[in-house]
Amino acid sequence: MTAAQPGGVTVRLPSVLADLASGRRRLDVVPSPTTVGGLLDVLSLDYPVLVRRVRDESDAVRRFVNVYVDGEDIRHLDGLATPVRAGSDVQILPSVAGG
Amino acid sequence: MSVVIAIGTRKGLWLARSDDRATWTLDGPHFLAQEIASVAIDTRRSPARLIVGVLSMHWGPTLAWSDDLGATWNETGNGAICFPTDTGAALARVWQIQPDSADRPDVVWAGCEPTSLWRSGDGGLTFDLVRGLWDHPHRPEWAPGFGGAAVHTVLPHPTSSQVLVAMSTGGVYVSDDGASGWTPRNRGIAAYFMPGPEPEFGQCVHKVAVDAAGPETLYAQNHHGVYRSDDGGLQWNSIAEGLPSDFGFIALSSPHRPGTAWVMPLVADSARVPPEGRMRLHRTRDGGRTWAEHGPGLPDDTWTVVLRDAACVDRLDPTGVYLGTRDGCVYASADEGETFSVLATHLPDILSVRAAVLA
Repeated sequence: MTAAQPGGVTVRLPSVLADLASGRRRLDVVPSPTTVGGLLDVLSLDYPVLVRRVRDESDAVRRFVNVYVDGEDIRHLDGLATPVRAGSDVQILPSVAGG
Repeated sequence: MSVVIAIGTRKGLWLARSDDRATWTLDGPHFLAQEIASVAIDTRRSPARLIVGVLSMHWGPTLAWSDDLGATWNETGNGAICFPTDTGAALARVWQIQPDSADRPDVVWAGCEPTSLWRSGDGGLTFDLVRGLWDHPHRPEWAPGFGGAAVHTVLPHPTSSQVLVAMSTGGVYVSDDGASGWTPRNRGIAAYFMPGPEPEFGQCVHKVAVDAAGPETLYAQNHHGVYRSDDGGLQWNSIAEGLPSDFGFIALSSPHRPGTAWVMPLVADSARVPPEGRMRLHRTRDGGRTWAEHGPGLPDDTWTVVLRDAACVDRLDPTGVYLGTRDGCVYASADEGETFSVLATHLPDILSVRAAVLA
C-alpha cells in the first residue's frame, strides 16, 4: 500500500485512526480487491489493529462504525460483500454515538 | 518503595504514585475517552506490567499493556483476546484481568463479556478461550445482569490447579482440574429474584475475595447477601448480620490478617446508594461475625457508589485500602480502612482500581 496510486481503491480514515495506519489518513490498495471484506483482509496484513477497530472477530462491522463505498453506507448495500473496484472511494467514519 | 494505583474510568486511565501513601502524584489520562473496566499491575515480572482492558464505544474492545508504567503502550496486532470462529462470538468487554500465582509467572487470566474465561501463558499478550466454561451446559441459563453477562471475578488457587470464577448472573463456579471441568458452588447463596427454592446456579454474585488464612475461606458480596465459605465455596453462610444492608458491590480481604474483610453496604435493591447518604466502609476482624463502620475521610451527603472492581487493597502492612467512586473520586486509607484521605477528585466515573507496591 502506498499513497495515491492509480488503479486501486482509496481508503480514507478518520484522524483518530491515523496512528494505526502509520500516521496516514489515506491508503491506496493496489490492485483493487473485489469486496469491502477483501479490502479489509488486505489492510489487515499491514495494519491488523486498524482493521480490528472496524470489524470484530466474528467478521461484523462494529456497531458504531460506518463504512461508505462511493458515499453509500455498506449497511444499505451488501455489507462486507459490497463490491469495490479500481477507483472506488472507501471512507470509514465513526457514527454519532458516545456519552 | 512506591505504591502505584491504577484508576480505570469511563473515559480513560489514570496512574497515581506515592512513596508514603499520604501524598500522591497523578498521571493521565491514558486512553482518553475510552472505558477502562479492568486493569492489572503484574508485579511478578520486572519491570511490572500494566495490563488494561480498553473499550472504545466506536472502535470496540482491546487489551493493551505497558512495561514502563504507562510511558508507552502496546497491543497484540491480531488481538490478545479473540473468540474462535466456531463460537460465532465477539469480545464485548474485558471485565477482569488477574495475574496467577508467583509460581506461574507467565499465566494471566481474563474474565470477559460475553461470559467467558481466558488464559494466557505468555504474560497477557495472547489468551486462549477456556473451552470447559464456554461449552458448559448451564450457559443458556446464564442471564445478563444490568451491566452485561460476564465473568467478573477470577481467583486462581495459589498452589493447585483449582480456579474459581464468579459471573453475573450464574454465580460461583470452580474447576479442580486446571479449568477443564466446572461445577457451580452456590449452596447457601440466595437468589431472591428467582422463583422457587435456592437454585444450584443463577445467583448474582457481585464479588468474591479470598481470606488471608487461605483459599478455602472466601467472602462473597451478593446481589443481596454477604457470605463466607470455609470450604472453598461448597457451602456459603450468611455473615450479613450487623450490616445496615446486605446489598453492595465490593468485597475486599486482607492479604495478611485472617478474618479481616471489608464491604460497603448500599440501600437496595432499586436505590443502590449509601445508607442515609453516608459513604461508609464496614470491616470485620473476625470473619464476618461482627462488623464495625469506618467513615472518617469518606463523604457525607453523597449518593454515589463504589462499583465492584473500583476498590482494592495493597500488600503493605498495615494494609492500604482504595475506593473509587462513580463521581470520580478516589479515597485512600493507609490504616486498613479506618480513615481515608482524598487521592483524586473530578475524574470520570471510576470502574476499576488496582494497587501495587513497587521496589
